[in-house]
Amino acid sequence: MAYSDKVIDHYENPRNVGSLDKESSNVGTGVVGAPECGDVMKLQVQIEEGVITDAKFKTFGCGSAIASSSLATEWLKGKTVEEATAIRNVDIVEELALPPVKIHCSVLAEDAIKQAISDYESKQGND
Amino acid sequence: MTSTDVQQIYLDHQATTAVDERVVEAMLPYFNNKFGNAASRNHQFGWDAEKATQSARETMAAGINAKSREIVFTSGATESNNLAILGVAKMYAPKGKHLITCSTEHKAVLDPMAALQNAGYEVTVLNVDTKGNIDLNELRNAIREDTILVSLMMANNEIGTIHPVKAIGDICHENGVLFHTDATQAVGKELINVQEMNIDLLSGSAHKMYGPKGVGFLYVRRRNPRVRIEPVFYGGGHERGMRSGTLNVPGIVGMAKAFEICQTDRDSDHQRITALRDSLQAQLAAELTHLTINGDENNRLACSLNISFAFVEGESMLMGMSGIAVSSGSACTSASLEPSYVLRAMGVGDDLAHSSIRFSLGRFTTQREVDRAAELTISTVKRLRDMSPLYEMALEGIDVASVSWGAH
Ligand SMILES: Cc1ncc(COP(=O)(O)O)c(C=O)c1O
Repeated sequence: MAYSDKVIDHYENPRNVGSLDKESSNVGTGVVGAPECGDVMKLQVQIEEGVITDAKFKTFGCGSAIASSSLATEWLKGKTVEEATAIRNVDIVEELALPPVKIHCSVLAEDAIKQAISDYESKQGND
Repeated sequence: MTSTDVQQIYLDHQATTAVDERVVEAMLPYFNNKFGNAASRNHQFGWDAEKATQSARETMAAGINAKSREIVFTSGATESNNLAILGVAKMYAPKGKHLITCSTEHKAVLDPMAALQNAGYEVTVLNVDTKGNIDLNELRNAIREDTILVSLMMANNEIGTIHPVKAIGDICHENGVLFHTDATQAVGKELINVQEMNIDLLSGSAHKMYGPKGVGFLYVRRRNPRVRIEPVFYGGGHERGMRSGTLNVPGIVGMAKAFEICQTDRDSDHQRITALRDSLQAQLAAELTHLTINGDENNRLACSLNISFAFVEGESMLMGMSGIAVSSGSACTSASLEPSYVLRAMGVGDDLAHSSIRFSLGRFTTQREVDRAAELTISTVKRLRDMSPLYEMALEGIDVASVSWGAH
């Protein structure tokens, strides 16, 4: 299987691997996928005054899944919540040149973003 | 490929092997100088080709304690399996239409079985235990009046588990049922004696034993009982009518040479490869936690090591271990998008199937290569676990299996 240079780069130098304090009121956590399916993504955002000031991920999955979540955290930092929810999986597919069999990796990343933000919003009591 | 090739380390010998130089040498004359058709009965070119295939037939037969007239040359084990299963099914249909196999067989056995089911035959697929072994009592109980064939492999291609072929053969013969074994992974590595083991049909392939691709054989017993099969190909009536088609003379010569070398070197290869495999396993176990050995540790091929590295996914592991050629049971590495059905049949969870790597060592594997492979595997697994949410949960004491995961 041939990987694009960008997938390889994210796999070899993943951005923002790690965890934020999931109990913190300004951190939103999204965990999507399932081990039986071969991918689980955990994506976390830290939000201050409507802006994402930090993002972290941990991923169990193939190289494309790791790259999709790594790219997502890179994009999220500095974005407003509104901008973040506008990220679409096709943007990730395009940026990483994912082949059709790997599109589900980008879908997971989009879902993880949405879940993390909605977790944050429910903590703020405004969902 | 030579052992000093440090760039690429080949640990995928259960997929295929390099052709041994001695085999290449033996084959070469049969491409040009001695290019004759073994079926040409009236000139020197034909006689030379016929002589070479006859000598190869004797080598193959002697290696499994058969007679040369019991060897049918084919294009590989896929064909041998199809010929054995479909050939017996058609020929013995008047006697019965029931066949028995097991869930961890190669697709080249399971798919012709499925085709027979579609054609009105009944197939019993035996289950295996967590190590890939069948239950002999289950086999005994599955045999019926109308059972015509039991097809059970000698050694498994993914996990290396070796079936108790002699015991299976005995049960089949006591019950008057023919026994076919797909011995593709065992020929040249394990001792095979079709008489002692009561084997009626046996499939093998050259490219798994340092011979060329595209050539194999089927042993078909001629006495006690005499096995008859309906051909799958019709044509010139080669191979006593069982397999028409001009013989692949260079391939057949190469297969026999390869088998001969395997037999001469079997004991020393077996010992050396077992030691290397055990060394690889020990190095991994010394540095990594949460490992599962898939297969039967006390009864597997010397070359074979199939391990699940919990919390990391197989394809991402392969990406990190670039330069080491191995294979994975992860869905992401196969065309089917399903994790290994063999591991699944053994009750290995899909999560651990996605985390499995098969290392298979061979004649040219060196200690240095094993050390390098171990080192790279260990560093890759550690790195990926550091970014695995499942590993994080495990460290926090959360049982990953107890979490309810969303549908995806
Ligand atoms: C157990 C088993 N049976 C059958 C085959 C098919 O052999 P061939 O490639 O010669 O058709 C293989 C090899 O992939 C195998 O491992």
